[in-house]
Amino acid sequence: MTTAIPAKPAPADSPKLSSTGTYLLRGASLLGKEQADLLIRDGVIAAVGQGLDAPEGALTIDAHGLVALPGMVDLHTHLREPGREDAETVETGTRAAALGGFTAVHAMANSNPVADTAGVVEQVYSLGLKSGWVDVRPVGAVTVGLQGERLAELGAMADSRARVRVFSDDGMCVHDPVLMRRALEYVKAFDGVVAQHAQEPRMTDGAQMHEGEVSAVLGLPGWPAVAEESIIARDVLLAQHTGSRLHVCHVSTAGSVEIIRWAKERGINVTAEVTPHHLLLTDEAVRSYDPVYKVNPPLRTESDVEALRRGLADGTIDIVGTDHAPHPSEHKECEWAQAAMGMTGLETALSVVQATMIETGLMDWEGFARVTSATPARIGRVATQGRPLETGEPANVILVDPAARRTVDPHKMATMGKNSPYAGLELPGMVRAAFFAGHPTVLDGALNGPRAAAAEETPWIG
Amino acid sequence: MDLRDSRQAQLPARTVLTSADIDRVLTRIAYEILEANKGGTDLVLMGIPRRGYPLARRLAAKIAAADPTVHAEAITGQLDVTMFRDDLAHQPTRPPYPTQLPPSGIDGKVVVLVDDVLYSGRTIRAALDALIDLGRPRAVRLAVLVDRGHRELPIRADHVGKNLPTAAVEKVRVRLAETDSPALDEVVIEGTA
Amino acid sequence: MKHLLSTLDLSYQDAISILDTAEAMAAVGEREVKKLPALRGRTVVNLFFEDSTRTRISFEAAAKRLSADVINFSAKGSSVSKGESLKDTAQTLAAIGADAVVIRHGASGAPARLANSGWIDAAVLNAGDGTHEHPTQALLDAFTMRRHWAQLHGVPSAGTDLKGMHVAIVGDILHSRVARSDLWLLKTLGAEVTLVAPPTLLPFGVESWPCKVSYSLDETLETKPDAVMMLRVQAERMHSAFFPTVREYSRRYGFDDVRLDRLDTLGMDNTILLHPGPMNRGLEISSRAADSPRATVLAQVSNGVSVRMAALYLLLSGESSSQRTPQEVSAQ
Repeated sequence: MTTAIPAKPAPADSPKLSSTGTYLLRGASLLGKEQADLLIRDGVIAAVGQGLDAPEGALTIDAHGLVALPGMVDLHTHLREPGREDAETVETGTRAAALGGFTAVHAMANSNPVADTAGVVEQVYSLGLKSGWVDVRPVGAVTVGLQGERLAELGAMADSRARVRVFSDDGMCVHDPVLMRRALEYVKAFDGVVAQHAQEPRMTDGAQMHEGEVSAVLGLPGWPAVAEESIIARDVLLAQHTGSRLHVCHVSTAGSVEIIRWAKERGINVTAEVTPHHLLLTDEAVRSYDPVYKVNPPLRTESDVEALRRGLADGTIDIVGTDHAPHPSEHKECEWAQAAMGMTGLETALSVVQATMIETGLMDWEGFARVTSATPARIGRVATQGRPLETGEPANVILVDPAARRTVDPHKMATMGKNSPYAGLELPGMVRAAFFAGHPTVLDGALNGPRAAAAEETPWIG
Repeated sequence: MDLRDSRQAQLPARTVLTSADIDRVLTRIAYEILEANKGGTDLVLMGIPRRGYPLARRLAAKIAAADPTVHAEAITGQLDVTMFRDDLAHQPTRPPYPTQLPPSGIDGKVVVLVDDVLYSGRTIRAALDALIDLGRPRAVRLAVLVDRGHRELPIRADHVGKNLPTAAVEKVRVRLAETDSPALDEVVIEGTA
Repeated sequence: MKHLLSTLDLSYQDAISILDTAEAMAAVGEREVKKLPALRGRTVVNLFFEDSTRTRISFEAAAKRLSADVINFSAKGSSVSKGESLKDTAQTLAAIGADAVVIRHGASGAPARLANSGWIDAAVLNAGDGTHEHPTQALLDAFTMRRHWAQLHGVPSAGTDLKGMHVAIVGDILHSRVARSDLWLLKTLGAEVTLVAPPTLLPFGVESWPCKVSYSLDETLETKPDAVMMLRVQAERMHSAFFPTVREYSRRYGFDDVRLDRLDTLGMDNTILLHPGPMNRGLEISSRAADSPRATVLAQVSNGVSVRMAALYLLLSGESSSQRTPQEVSAQ
C-alpha cells in the first residue's frame, strides 16, 4: 500500500529504542499529583515508586516537571481511509493521534465504502495494526450506507476480527425512531453502544451555522439548538424504554446538557461527549465567513460553551471526543455554503482541554484522565486502554509538559488536514512522550517510531 | 496645492496679500473682466472648488455693482474638476464637489474660470476638459488671485491678482473667510528660509 | 475603504461621503455628455453568479459613466457552472488585471471570501450575497430617502442624514439581503426603523436588532412612517410553509389600494413608498400604489447609478494600495 506521507513531522530516521524494551520515566507527576518513577517493561508498567533502579539496557527519560497520564482514547475520529486518502489515511491520522497524546482512536464509519460490513471494519482494523502508532478501533455503521433505512450487519461487525462495540451513523442522524429503537435493542446482544449524531434532519435542511443572533446578521441558514435537543430527548427516553446503552456524540448546546443531566438523574444508561472546539469557540468566529470554522454540529454561543464546560466538570458530560475531521484544502478554500464541515483536532485536543478546563480551575489532571482516557475506553469496551498508572497495567502512558506554550501551525502537524481553527492561536501544554503498549511512539515531543505490527489477536477486548 | 497639515503651520510664513490687498485686486480684476468683455453681456464666472468658487462670487458681486444689467447670482457657477485630474490614480481619493451651472448655461457664453492659485496649470487643463463636457462656450478666460509660476503646461492667466515668484519648495497658502477657519482673508508664503 | 461588503461595518462618515459623492455624480446623468474620465484605464468586472439584469446594468452604466472598462462575467453557462471554484475564478480575474470586482453570489459571505482570501487584490463590491447584504441597494434607498427628507426640511441633501425619519420595511425580512443592509445603514444615518412581517419571515433573534418589530402592517401605518419599503416576495417561499397562501399574505402584508387610500385618510401627505424591484404587482404592492406619486421606484433606479458611480469612484480613484479612512479623505 502506498500512502501520501507529509514531509513533516516524520519519525526520526533511527528511533530511540531500548534494546530490552525497558524504559524508566524519572520523576513524573502521576496524574498531576505525587512524583514517582515509572518502569515500563515488555509492554506493561513493571514498577511504580520512588528512586527506582534503572535495569540493564533501560532507556531513562527525565520526566521532572512532566505530568504522566494514561494514553488518551478518542471515541470520535475520522481517519478517512478507505475512500478519501487525499484527506487523511490511517497512517497519517494515527501519527497525528500519537503526537496528540492518544494511544487509541475510534475510526468513524463514514468512509467510502461505508464501514457497514465486517469486511470494511476488518480492513480499517488491519491498517491500524500495520501502522502501529495507536490502537485503531473501527466504529461500525448503524444502518446500511448511513442511509437511515435498514440496520447494517451489526452482529457480523461485532464478531469480526475488529470486534466492533461502538456503532454510529455519525455525520447522519438515525432519525427514524423505530430504527433507533431496534438498534439500541440489538446491540445489547454483544454489549455494544449506539453513538448518536443528534440532528433532526428536516429542521437542519441546508443549515450552515448555529441559529442565533449571528446567523441572523450573516444571512446563513440556521441550525437550531432544538434540532439537537429534540433528538437527544427522544433517544434518552428510548434508551430508558429499551434498557440499552446510548452514547451522544458531540453535545453542543446548554439545553442538551440539561436533558442529559435529567436522564442521568433518572438512571438512564446514557453517556455524552463534547468536542474540544465546542469547549472553546463560539459562533462569533463565523463572522469572518472563513469555512475553517464550519463544523457540524455548529459552533454555538458563549452560554453554551459555559454550560458544556460545567457539564464536563460535573460529570454530566462523560468524555471529550475530538471529532477530528480532516479535509483537503479545496474543500475549505471556497464559499462558506460550499465548504465541507469539520475541523482537525487530534493534535490540539489536549491543549484545548487544558486551556478550557484545567487552567480555568474546573478540572484537575485526574479529571482530565477520566474524560479523555478511562471513560472513553470503558464506553468503547477497550480493556487495555484507559487503565490506572499502576504496576501490572498495560503501558499506555503519555508525558505532558503543562508549562509549555506553542502557537498552532497546521503545516507543522502530522495530520494531512490543514483545517485547524486554532491556527495562529497560542495554546498551553505539549505531549513530550507517548508509550503505546510499552513502545515509545513519541519522544522529545516528536514522532519516534511505530510499534512493530503485533500479533493480530491480542486479547485486548473485555 | 494646499496642504492643511499641522506641520505646515510650524514653517516660517510671510504674508504677501492682506485682506485689504485681496479686496483691492479683486476689484481691479472685476473691472478688467468687464473691460475685456466690453460689458457684462454673456459673461459667466465659473469658480473651481474650493476657493475659486467664493472668489467667483465676490467677482460677480463687484461686476454686478459696476454694471446694473448684471445679476450676480445669474452669472456665477461652480466647476468641479476632480474627475478630470491627471493624477487621480496617484493621490489619495478626493471626494468631488458639485458642479453648478448658472441658469442660462454656458453655450455661447464667455466663461471666466476663477481659481485661487495658478501653479503647474494642470488644474486648469482639467477644468477646460470638464467645461467642454458641459457645453460650448464662445470663449474661455482665466482669472487667478495669485500666479506663482512653475508652469508645466502651455497655460496662462488673462487676469492675475498678483504675480508671486516662488521657489518650488515653498507653499502658497490662500485663506478665505468663506472656506477657512479662522475666517479671514490672506495669502501667505510658507517654507521661506 | 478598500471594499464595499456590507453596510453593517460602514461608518457614518463613509456613508455620508458615498451619498455626497453620489449627489455630485447625479448631475452627470442629466448632462449631454454623461461621462467622466475619472476611471479611465481601470477595469471593472461584473461577476454575476446569479441572474440580475437590473443590478448588473446599473453597475455597468455606473462604471461606463466613469470611463472604466467593463467586463461582464456571467457565471451561468461558464466554466463556473462546470465546477470551477471561486478561487480559480478570482485568480483568473486577477490575471486579467481587474481593478474592481462587482460580485453577485447566491452564497452569503462570498464577497467577503473574495476580499479577504488573498486570491485577488482588487476592490470588491458586494452586489448582493445570498441572504446577507446588498449594500449598494441600501445606499440608493438611503439616497432616495435623504433627498426626500432634505427637501421636506428645505435643506440641500449633501451633508445631511436621516435623523428623525421613521421607515417601515415590510415583507420577507428573513430572506432579504436588502432588509438587512437597509436596516444597518438607516440606523447609522439616524433613522428609526420598524420591520413588518409575519413571524415566520423574521430572523431568529430579531429582538436584539436595533429596530421595532411588528406583525401588523395596519398598526404600523397608524404610527405614520415617513417611508414604507415593500420587499419582494420570492416565489420559492410560497411552498415552504412560511405563510398559508399568497392571497392571505397579500391581504395582511401587501400594500394594496385600501392601504394606499388610508395614507391620505391618516394625513400622511409626505410618506413615500419604496420598492427595490422587480415588483410583484398585485402581491406585495398594488398596481395603483406602484404607479402613485408616492412611489419612488424609478427614482431609485436612477439613483442606483449615481450611488454605484460614487462607490466605484471612491474605491478605485485613489492610490490603489493604500487603505484610507474617510478622515484622511476629507483632509485633502
